[in-house]
Amino acid sequence: MVYKQRLDGRKIDELRPMEAKAGVIPNADGSASFKIGKTWALAAVYGPRELYPKFLQDPKKGLLRCHYGMMPFSGSGERIRPGNSRRAQEISMVMTSALEPVVDLSAFPNAVVDIFVDLPQTDAGTRCAAISAAAIALADAGIPMTDMVSSVAVGEVDGMVCADLTYNEESYEGIVSDIPVAMLHKTKGISLLQMDGEISKKNLVKALELAEAATEKVYELQKKALTEKYVRDQDGKGNNNGKSEYEPEFETEDSRE
Amino acid sequence: MSNILVEERKVVIPGEALAEGLDYLPGENTYREDNKIYSKVLGLVSLSGRVIKITPLSGPYIHKPGDKVIGQVVDILFSGWRIDTGTAYQGVLNVKDATTRFIKKEEDLSKILGIGDFVIVTVTNVTSQNLIDLSMKEPGLKKINGGRIIKIGCNKVPRVIGKKASMISLIKDKTGCEITVGQNGLVWIKGPTPEGESLAERAIKLIEEKSHQEGLTIKIEEFLEQNKL
Repeated sequence: MVYKQRLDGRKIDELRPMEAKAGVIPNADGSASFKIGKTWALAAVYGPRELYPKFLQDPKKGLLRCHYGMMPFSGSGERIRPGNSRRAQEISMVMTSALEPVVDLSAFPNAVVDIFVDLPQTDAGTRCAAISAAAIALADAGIPMTDMVSSVAVGEVDGMVCADLTYNEESYEGIVSDIPVAMLHKTKGISLLQMDGEISKKNLVKALELAEAATEKVYELQKKALTEKYVRDQDGKGNNNGKSEYEPEFETEDSRE
Repeated sequence: MSNILVEERKVVIPGEALAEGLDYLPGENTYREDNKIYSKVLGLVSLSGRVIKITPLSGPYIHKPGDKVIGQVVDILFSGWRIDTGTAYQGVLNVKDATTRFIKKEEDLSKILGIGDFVIVTVTNVTSQNLIDLSMKEPGLKKINGGRIIKIGCNKVPRVIGKKASMISLIKDKTGCEITVGQNGLVWIKGPTPEGESLAERAIKLIEEKSHQEGLTIKIEEFLEQNKL
């Protein structure tokens, strides 16, 4: 059995159709929706805010905390128990370490920034969608960041190195590897690299090259989602050569009662 | 050779390169790395002389000395009050900065300000660990009595106040309300009638919603005319 053509007819480096939007949850300080194919992540950022219990506080910098969760009805229809699980805990941890290199919380000692990511629908690549959504939500919340993080999964399905695997590809009969990668835009540093399955050294290098091009596409979408929130003409559509009509004014109220 | 890589007033995201070369200086919300200046937040590029800075479009309120803020008393200390300003850090208002009256040693501080009271205060000092000193000893600073408090994004505050306080005086004139805007995004509205307060609240919410549009003062004026009491 040789995997010649991808199950959904995509090219090997082609990602599933993506959609991203910033500011979807009004109560949160920053939020984002990120869809890639059938996988859909919603991220909400709260903070910086007071951190309790007190022993978690760090007087040198703020703490970044991620909470990952799949919704009960996501996936294939088998009810997923909400709340923490071994898997959710691991993904929350790798998300935090994927985002930490870019988030600069030195101005917020003893405080915490909470990121909640939930997935209403899943079809592989959830941790990558979660990280991409979280990065948009963090920027939307105005948290200082030195760079953007974009994430996508690559892998090898029965001899073919391809980007953004679906669930059907991950469960293909034969040797399959699934490698979620998170990459910083500016430095091209890798902040998340995991693997399920097996892959040869040669193909791993090939897969990572593919990941670099793929994360760049995710980055472009993240950038678009963030600028679109502010750049629109008076009717709230179209754009204005990338400039906002928002006029920052730095007056303070001079008429005191 | 130095050159700017982005236009002024353009929306940039974190990590975007703003300028090349050592002739430009990194201002607020930017940083320099390897000869280039990068943005640190989502915001608008602004250039003054050789300094590039970013005006953030969102984000938390950061206390600055001299800012007028609205806060709520959350605790009473030995010689002062702990004030919550809606951020990660609580401020301390000392008795000597709260009143000119002589306070006896055993006096009950809750008689002056009780838990849950709102106050208009200024920030006098902020440390590196974000410990905040507050004062209530300037004209216009006081304990809030009556009216209502609403919350807006702290980045929208300059918009609500307007150039030379044009926007806020417009709302004050049309609704007859007394309005105080704290730099932390809390707004106190007190008017002669609840209807007036409600109208002022709706106008401020409208400014927050449409803050990135042009000709906002005219739009708000129209809104206030249409909904005149």
